[in-house]
Amino acid sequence: MLELQNLSFGVAENQGKKEILKNVSLNIGEDKFVVITGPNGGGKSTLAKLIMGIEKPVSGKILFDGQDITEKNITERANLGISFAFQQPVRFKGVHVLDLIRLAAKKQLSAADACQYLSEVGLCAKDYINREVNASLSGGELKRIEIATVLARATKLSVFDEPEAGIDLWSFQNLIQVFEKMRERTNGSIVIISHQERILEIADEIVVISGGSILKHGTRDEILPEILGTASAPGGCHFYRRDI
Amino acid sequence: MDKILETLLEKVAGLHEVPEGAYNIRANGMMAGRNTTANIDIVSREDGNGIDVHIKPGTKRESVHIPVILSQTGLTETVCNDFFIGDDADVTIVAGCGIHNSGAKESRHDGIHRFFVGKKARVKYVEKHYGDGDGTGGRIMNPRTEVTIEEGGYMEMETVQIKGVDSTKRDTVAHLKANAALIVQERLMTHGTQTAESNFDVSLDGENSSANIVSRSVARDTSSQVFFSNLRGNNLCAGHTECDAIIMDHAKISSLPEITANHPDAALIHEAAIGKIAGEQIIKLMTLGLTEAEAEAQIVNGFLK
Repeated sequence: MLELQNLSFGVAENQGKKEILKNVSLNIGEDKFVVITGPNGGGKSTLAKLIMGIEKPVSGKILFDGQDITEKNITERANLGISFAFQQPVRFKGVHVLDLIRLAAKKQLSAADACQYLSEVGLCAKDYINREVNASLSGGELKRIEIATVLARATKLSVFDEPEAGIDLWSFQNLIQVFEKMRERTNGSIVIISHQERILEIADEIVVISGGSILKHGTRDEILPEILGTASAPGGCHFYRRDI
Repeated sequence: MDKILETLLEKVAGLHEVPEGAYNIRANGMMAGRNTTANIDIVSREDGNGIDVHIKPGTKRESVHIPVILSQTGLTETVCNDFFIGDDADVTIVAGCGIHNSGAKESRHDGIHRFFVGKKARVKYVEKHYGDGDGTGGRIMNPRTEVTIEEGGYMEMETVQIKGVDSTKRDTVAHLKANAALIVQERLMTHGTQTAESNFDVSLDGENSSANIVSRSVARDTSSQVFFSNLRGNNLCAGHTECDAIIMDHAKISSLPEITANHPDAALIHEAAIGKIAGEQIIKLMTLGLTEAEAEAQIVNGFLK
């Protein structure tokens, strides 16, 4: 469904060039729930952005349903069926939650229909539907609204960039339930960039990226035992485990 | 009334036909219609350049529409309207000015509105400015609003100027007595070579008086805007002024918020921000399937909503 072929990406740095991703190839199958994990700075978020077209690769190809989308822009990819949830959701002065969900759904949803998506992410819809998507919302609230926009799009492929980043523990517990629900009745493939064991535990496949390359890729049962307690998936105090 | 005037009337007052309640329509410098009610009287001033609107104390849920429309090129006028809002009244006043100029001469409307808001009265004042026509003559509007709010009175001002006015200088001066409150929401967009200046001077004279002045504007092309507001805290009071602007193309914006405390219990805040549309906002909307241009329009419309 999604094929990444020999993707490389780099940025200019101090007269030189820093490679962020090196020759990455990856296949994501139909209706799969894939978690990409690995240490910070390893290139995970860059990979997610390359899939959505927010960044363009230096070399390599991206195929979506067999079609080469490497040169397609964000809008074209969105309309082909790719969704993206930002690690740090964007705030908009004057744009209301209802506006954003309607834009995502591409139709004039009634407020009641839009509320369903908010309820699914654990927000009491009537309290939020007419709120502005601005700084008055907390990080956890914004994150859930961001996820609701992806649910409203109901596309073939949804990419979530570190959904756990910047939210409190209480919100995270609720977030896990949202993903578990998505996992149960998925109608498309889901790719999540995450460090969290609870999210890794519900994956079909796990990909470990470090230093710009894929270190491991396999089923959850193959990969999870190998990485638990390592820097790829800090399940607790690994410093303590290592040193004492 | 011809089609052009009807269009202007719809743009500035949202009116498709004669409104309900009290109204006074001024078209090309002449009175084009008037209605009064048992509680709201409208009287022409002796000099012929404006009206006095008297709202009886205790009048509830009534409205007054006073649109001004100009379609005659080269017409310049100065109109002074006074509004006397009785104690305990609760009314909506809709004013607005539309200029259609298809000629080469300048069309100009200078309006001075004075509001005398009685004790515990509540007023919602809506003002829309709009210009169109393909002539080379300028479409100029210079509104001045003077507000005096008595004890416990409340006034909410919503002013919108989104399209077609070439040059505008808006002055708003207000004096608030004890427990009085003033809320202002200004929306402004300039494009082409337009210029706009908006000045607020609000004196919080009475104990527990409060004001919240919020201006949101968008400047496109080579247009320029200046926003100036001064909140003067002369008693135990609370004031907040905020100017938030989106700058695009080669436009220029100056924002000069000022707060002056003349009393130790005056709590005053000002905020001002000018910036381009954030790239990440465009990207987010593009991930929802909008083109870059659609995303930009959505952000601007939302910001000015």
